[in-house]
Parts: sequence; C-alpha cells; structure tokens
Amino acid sequence: MDIDWSNVFEWTTLLKCFVTSGLICVIGQILIDKTKLTPAKILVIFVTTGAILGGLGIYQYLVDFAGSGATVPLTGFGYNLAKGAIEGVQQYGLVGAFTGGVKAAAGGIAAAVFFGYLAALISKPKMKKQ
Amino acid sequence: MEKIGEQTIKFNTPPTILECAAIVGPKEAQGPLAKYFDQTLDDEFWGEKTWEKAESKIIKETVSTVISKAGISSKEIDCMFAGDLLNQCISSCFGLRQLNIPFFGVFGACSTFVESLMLGSICVEGFANKVLCATSSHFCSAEKQFRFPLELGNQRPPSSQWTVTGSGAAILSKSGKGPYVTNITPGKIVDMGIKDANNMGAAMAPAFADTLISHLVDTGRNPSYYDAIFSGDLGYIGKEIVIDILKSKGYNIKSNYNDCGVLIFDKTSQDTHSGGSGCACCGTVFSGYLFKQLREKKLKKILLIATGALTNSTTTQQGETIPRNCTRN
Amino acid sequence: MDPLESKETYKQYVDKKSPNSPILKNCFNAFWVGGLICSIGQIIFNICKERGFDTQMSGTIVSIILIGIVAFLTGLNLFNKIGKFAGAGSLIPITGFANSIVSPAMEYKSEGHVMGIGGKMFTVAGPVLVFGISTSIVVGILYLIFNAQSITLV
Repeated sequence: MDIDWSNVFEWTTLLKCFVTSGLICVIGQILIDKTKLTPAKILVIFVTTGAILGGLGIYQYLVDFAGSGATVPLTGFGYNLAKGAIEGVQQYGLVGAFTGGVKAAAGGIAAAVFFGYLAALISKPKMKKQ
Repeated sequence: MEKIGEQTIKFNTPPTILECAAIVGPKEAQGPLAKYFDQTLDDEFWGEKTWEKAESKIIKETVSTVISKAGISSKEIDCMFAGDLLNQCISSCFGLRQLNIPFFGVFGACSTFVESLMLGSICVEGFANKVLCATSSHFCSAEKQFRFPLELGNQRPPSSQWTVTGSGAAILSKSGKGPYVTNITPGKIVDMGIKDANNMGAAMAPAFADTLISHLVDTGRNPSYYDAIFSGDLGYIGKEIVIDILKSKGYNIKSNYNDCGVLIFDKTSQDTHSGGSGCACCGTVFSGYLFKQLREKKLKKILLIATGALTNSTTTQQGETIPRNCTRN
Repeated sequence: MDPLESKETYKQYVDKKSPNSPILKNCFNAFWVGGLICSIGQIIFNICKERGFDTQMSGTIVSIILIGIVAFLTGLNLFNKIGKFAGAGSLIPITGFANSIVSPAMEYKSEGHVMGIGGKMFTVAGPVLVFGISTSIVVGILYLIFNAQSITLV
C-alpha cells in the first residue's frame, strides 16, 4: 500500500498537535513547580481529569482538534478509558462498563508491562550522574 | 560523668577519639573534600550485585580500616554502636556481623553518627575501654527506599539534598591524647510542621537551633567559645535558616558556623542542589576532614550538631536532633 | 522577627527562604519536548491511518510504539536525563506512564523476578490504573443510568 507522505506530514495537523500537547504539559509543569504534588499524584490527576472530561464528552472536541496532541498525554489515556466504558455500555449494558475501559486501553497497558519486564531483564539501573 | 543544666552531660574523664576512617562513593570523590578520605570508590556497586550489599561492604571496609589504623585488634573493642538509613539498619547488621563485637543498633536518621558517638562516650566513661562507632548511607539505596526509582525521569526540586554514599567510623578510647569528647547534649524531638520531604534542611533547622541554644545555656558558653560549629546535613537552605533563627534569638554564629552537607559537595559543578545529606554526610566529613583538622590542631574546639529527619517511606514526618560537643584540649 | 513563633509563621518563612524552581525555563522545556513527543505520535498515527487502520487501532499502535521507545531509553539509563530536562514534557505524555512502570521494574530486579520485578512494577503507576479504571467504570455506569446521549453535556 502506498503512503501519501504529504498526508503524514500535513503541517496544520502537526502544529495543532504540537501546541495543544505542549500546553497540556505546561499545565503539568506548573503543578510540579507550584505545588508539592509527587509525580504519581500528578499522573493520577491527569488521568482522572481526562476520564471525567471524556465521560462528559468535552474531551472529544480536543481530540477532534488536536489528534495525538490530545490522546498521547495521560488525559488522553483517561479519555480513552471513559470512551471505552461508554461504548461497552452501549454494546453490552452494565458489564460493558467494566470491560470497555480496559479493553480500549489494553494495548498500552500490556505493552508497558511487557516492555517493562523486558527492560528489567536486560538492563540495570545506574546512578544519576548529575 | 555529670549532668549540667537541662540536658547536657559533662565528662569528668573525657573519652578520646583514637582514630577515624571514612570511605566515600564516586560522587563524593569529585567533591572538595576528596583528599581527606581514606578511600574513594569508582562505582556505586563496588563489585557487589546490589546497592544494599555495596553499602554493607562500605561500612565493613571502613570499620576494618579504622581498626587497622588504630593499631589494635578487634578483640580489644568492648562494644560497637552503628546504624544506617535502611529499614531495620540492615547495612550495619550485615556489614558488621563477622566482627564478633557486641553490637548496639542505633537509628537516628542522619544524626546516627553523632548519636553513636554520644552513646559510645557514655560507655567509655562507664565500663568500656574501647568503643567503635560507625554509620553508612548510600545514595541509590536511600533513593530506592525513601523516594523514587533511579531511572524515573523526575526533576529534583532546588531544595532537595543529595544522600552521601559512604561510611564513617571512629574508635573511642578511655585513654589517649585527644581530641576529647567533653560534653554531649542530646537534643529533643522538634517538629515545626514541615511536610515537604524535599526540604529536609528546613525541617531539621529548628531542632538544630533548639539543641544549640540548650547547649550554650547549659554550659554557659558563647558561640565564639568554639573555633567552629558544624551541623550534620542541613544543606544550604537549612544553613541560612539556622543563621536567621539564631540571630532572632540573639546569637551570632555567622562567622564560625558551617554545615557538613555544604562542605562535601561543590554546589555549582556537582548539581547537588541544597547539599549533601544522609548518615554518611556528617559521618564521613567528621571522620575524614574534621578529625584531621582537630588532630593537626587547626581546629581546637568544635561543636558538632547532627540532626536527623525521623521519617520513613510512609509517614513523612520529622525531626529530632542529637548534638555532640567535642573539645580539644 | 522570630521565625519559630508558630508552625504557621515558620512555614511561611521557609517558603520565602526556599529557592523556587526556575518555572519559566521548566515550562518552556516542558512545552517543546511534550509537543515534540506528541507530534511524533501524530506522525505514527498518520502513517497508521494511511495504512488503513481505524482510529482506535491507530491510537493503540501509537501508544505501543511510544511505550516501547521509552522502555528502550529507560533501559539505556537515558530517560531520567530527558525527564530531568523536560519535567512534565516527558511525564505527562504516555511516555511518563511507561517510564513509571519500567523504572521500578529495573530497580527492584535485585529482589527477584516474582516479588521484585513483578510485585513492584506498579509502585508508581498503580494509582494511575486504579483511579483511571475506576473513573471509567463510574462514567460507564452513570452513562447507563442516564442512558441517553443527553449525558453529553456540551
């Protein structure tokens, strides 16, 4: 199958993606620097916010606008979980609320577990030099 | 031995610090005090498989070094006091298990070294002839237990401190030519409500000030009585806070006060933010640097006050102080 | 002024005394690194689309590839340097999530495969899954209760 590279590098899409995700990260950075929140808490805040905004249907607008700029940040992970749960409910009813979310995020979770194990097998942590 | 004032103990036949030894890790070896240490390591594993094992090896080797430097056999040592930062003080227990010396485990967080010296001095004043005091800490094992995995890509805030990798050990003796431990002032637990685990200096500074003032009041001395006053690991921020607090209480210690955590690293080139910390911070700085200064009579009377943040991985609380006073005649 | 007057005054005093993080510089780095990571994701996404995958599957492929790259960089002891430089720029994208799983796995390898790597893998990232998945289930149940598109407020 031929790939149309002009579609792949369509600059308006990339620019919207770059700016949106950059701004999301800046919000995270302000939280890091201005509060005493640990990285784990910040990740939780982003995922939960994403899931709530996703459930309310608001995050969909950001995804339509910025593409990966909205889905790659952890808010997108939350959005994906919530979207999956809603689709699960539409398809299977109550049980879908339990299966849909994780099903939608399964690729990412499984990849993180597998690659994490692989990295631990072959590599050793080193002391930070700075 | 007698109690003077509220919380100070004065020794009638002051114990001598017979010998000291310090071994430090690769980062400390690049610091300004490198040349004072007995041995510096090239890597943080030192041939071991884990950091915990490496830390045990460091304390074990430091203790062997101090015993051989003192020219005595380990049988002459009546008991030893040691501790570290890891849960249940495992580095000390595992590192020192082959020595066959009666062992007291001590936990005073970063103040462990001074706490050991205080308890050791009391023993020497009592039944013992020679007492060994040792402590260790390791950057990697401490980060692992108290903070985050090393490979986690997080930013260290400017107030954070760098745990010193290394070990310091000292032998106290009933007879000797000094330097002597003349007075000790165990500090109280002081909690000023600082909850930020990345700002230990600020958490411990009030405890330092409290103990220093108690010590001065008990002994009737002025800060200027001492050639130098050292804190264990308050870092740059803690140091500034301490100077401020004491100024507000009417003491000026700016000219003869310094901090071991400030001395051990070069802040600008080593990116250690607020300075060094950990048991080994004042342990190595005292054993390596200050002890030599005392012995060469460059410093005659010093006051060393180490503070420890009494924290564990789940409750981030703080702070107590254990100060020690060491006077050279 | 006596900074030790009360816990409150001491806290204020300490906040004033402690140096602030260089927030402008940090935000700038977070902005462009975060933007760059997501743009790489977008390029992979576009390629997947061109290859005929649907949106859902393309998004999953983006996640898997980015996570794989992060695991590789973490294994090479490089990711913590990126993280130190970029802060939230590498934490907030899926890369931060991946790193928070890979780094404890490596760290606790010394405690064995089952209780070490296996048991400690989620020490940092576990909460993300707990709260993320729980929220999604609540969202699903609420959707079921209101059972209509009217849940979509906007």
